[in-house]
Amino acid sequence: MKIVAQRPESLTPAKFHYCPGCTHGIIHRLVAECIDELNMRENTIGICPVGCSVLAYDYFNFDMLEAAHGRAPAIATGIKRILPDRCVFTYQGDGDLASIGMAEIVHASARGEKITVIFVNNAVYGMTGGQMAPTTLLGQVTTTSPYGRKVEETGYPIRMAELLAINEGSAYISRMSVNNPANVTKTKKSIKKALQTQMKGLGFSMVEILSTCPTNWGLGPMDALKWLEENMIPYYPLGEFKVKEAL
Amino acid sequence: MKKVLMKGNEAIAEGALTAGCIAFFGYPITPSSEIAEYMARKFPLLGGTFVQAESELAAISMVYGGASTGFRVMTATSGPGISLKSEGISFLAEAELPCLIVNISRGGPGLGGIQPAQSDYWQATRGGGHGDFQIIVLAPSSVQEMLDFAMEAFDLADKYRIPVMVMAEGTLGQMMEPVIPREKVTQFIGKPWAINGCKDRKPNIVNTLHLSPEFLEERNHVLGDKYKVIKANEQRAETYWTEDADLVVVAFGLMSRIVKKAVMEVRKRGHKVGLIRPITLWPFPVEHIKKAAETAKMFLSVEISMGQMVDDVRLAVNGKAPVEFYGRIGMIPSPEEIADQIIKLAEREGF
Ligand SMILES: Cc1ncc(C[n+]2csc(CCOP(=O)(O)OP(=O)(O)O)c2C)c(N)n1
Ligand code: SF4
Repeated sequence: MKIVAQRPESLTPAKFHYCPGCTHGIIHRLVAECIDELNMRENTIGICPVGCSVLAYDYFNFDMLEAAHGRAPAIATGIKRILPDRCVFTYQGDGDLASIGMAEIVHASARGEKITVIFVNNAVYGMTGGQMAPTTLLGQVTTTSPYGRKVEETGYPIRMAELLAINEGSAYISRMSVNNPANVTKTKKSIKKALQTQMKGLGFSMVEILSTCPTNWGLGPMDALKWLEENMIPYYPLGEFKVKEAL
Repeated sequence: MKKVLMKGNEAIAEGALTAGCIAFFGYPITPSSEIAEYMARKFPLLGGTFVQAESELAAISMVYGGASTGFRVMTATSGPGISLKSEGISFLAEAELPCLIVNISRGGPGLGGIQPAQSDYWQATRGGGHGDFQIIVLAPSSVQEMLDFAMEAFDLADKYRIPVMVMAEGTLGQMMEPVIPREKVTQFIGKPWAINGCKDRKPNIVNTLHLSPEFLEERNHVLGDKYKVIKANEQRAETYWTEDADLVVVAFGLMSRIVKKAVMEVRKRGHKVGLIRPITLWPFPVEHIKKAAETAKMFLSVEISMGQMVDDVRLAVNGKAPVEFYGRIGMIPSPEEIADQIIKLAEREGF
């Protein structure tokens, strides 16, 4: 019998706790597949955030650390500086990375820390029940912007990929999406490129991934994918924003 | 080894290096910055890691990452920095990650001033961050002890898997005294829990999230039991002339040296006065105080604060004798000032 698909070695058999239609699970699998394909499982250290993916240490089958809210890039810095030949990555949501952890992510990028950041942008605080995030779209209804996000009160959604691409320390920055199979394939390629950028020692790397939160968007799984495509992609363009070639 | 003249902040950094510390993560703040500067000069030559972090929140998080690899790592700051580091210290305590945290303390609250102070005593000994936890706190009183306690802090941290703080008044960081350097430490406790890649073993996880209420309670008991062992084994203090003392003065850090001078002077004048100098602020040397309370008629806590350690002295004396307080903040009480205070009390009480 020929095996055509199986669980990557970098994932444990534990069942994901994510809501039906949530794309966190797809992103976990892509990260695990890339680490398997690069043959780096035993050499990898992952850092999970505070957010819906806080339990990622149960799902990834390698050394894991769970961070304080927003501090993952600083923790990754501490690990990577001491163990420079390990593959160190953080997995962070948009509240974690673009709000409470804004200083840590900007400075990790500015210092050119040789780490990889998997940034899951779902335009909302998932874990705490759907409050407004710095990435929440204008007009989007959340529990703390119940009349829709208004510019006069809360300003504009932050485009992290573009923001970090400006830093000289950033070696690879992209924005991808997992809303359809073609984009899932592209996202995987981008994650692999980011991890390779790190292992080549070129500098900081981040893949921002547009992701769904059907539960807090109040949509079914299919409608959530459609909402992402029609609303998020126009504001958050996909593509590579920084690709530093070998030094 | 031959004595060398050293500044307190340099001695603490040198002690850490001698103990095998391989990384420093910090953010500049007076009067602690020389520690960071010393490490910034040394580590590039020694092959260690120095990172000037974007904030104390980030610095302590780097320590969290660094300590999780099993190597000896440290940070140093002053009171306002410890306030920011409190988040990370709570995480380090629960994840049971050993590390050295230095507080070269200044006066608060708020931005306060850069004068030496002991007003971070509560912050240090009550954990400082959220949740039920403690850290070991050592209070040196000389530049030699700055070096020695930095080394000892790493040993205690590894032995109990706990963050250890060395807390010293700003003066101790800034002043110079001759110091005997120590032999370099080369043997370390194995750390099978460290995260460094799961080659030939099961993955390790460093985590502080416990969603099951039963497990959360269990974890708190694990920590609580560890703290009991530390309390039983690690209380340290120096005592002087307490056997016959009517009045026992309690003071820590550099302050204890000033008080010692005052106590000697007052004894010359015929008053039976003793001194207890807590070396571990946590665990507080309850046993030393209890023993003195069997015979002493009164205690006096002298601090560079509005009165913080005096709470612990009262708890330890446990109603056996009255406990008085004398302190200043921003200013350091002089030996004469303290002697006057002691004599006033002795005359009032008739001993
Ligand atoms: C210091 C601190 N503040 C607030 C919280 C509460 N909190 C937990 S998760 C979260 C938001 C997470 O949102 P995001 O990063 O977008 O991740 P998601 O859950 O959407 O994947 C917040 C505010 C916390 N745990 N710690
Ligand atoms: S709340 Fe949203 S982000 Fe969290 S698991 Fe559910 S769908 Fe995913």
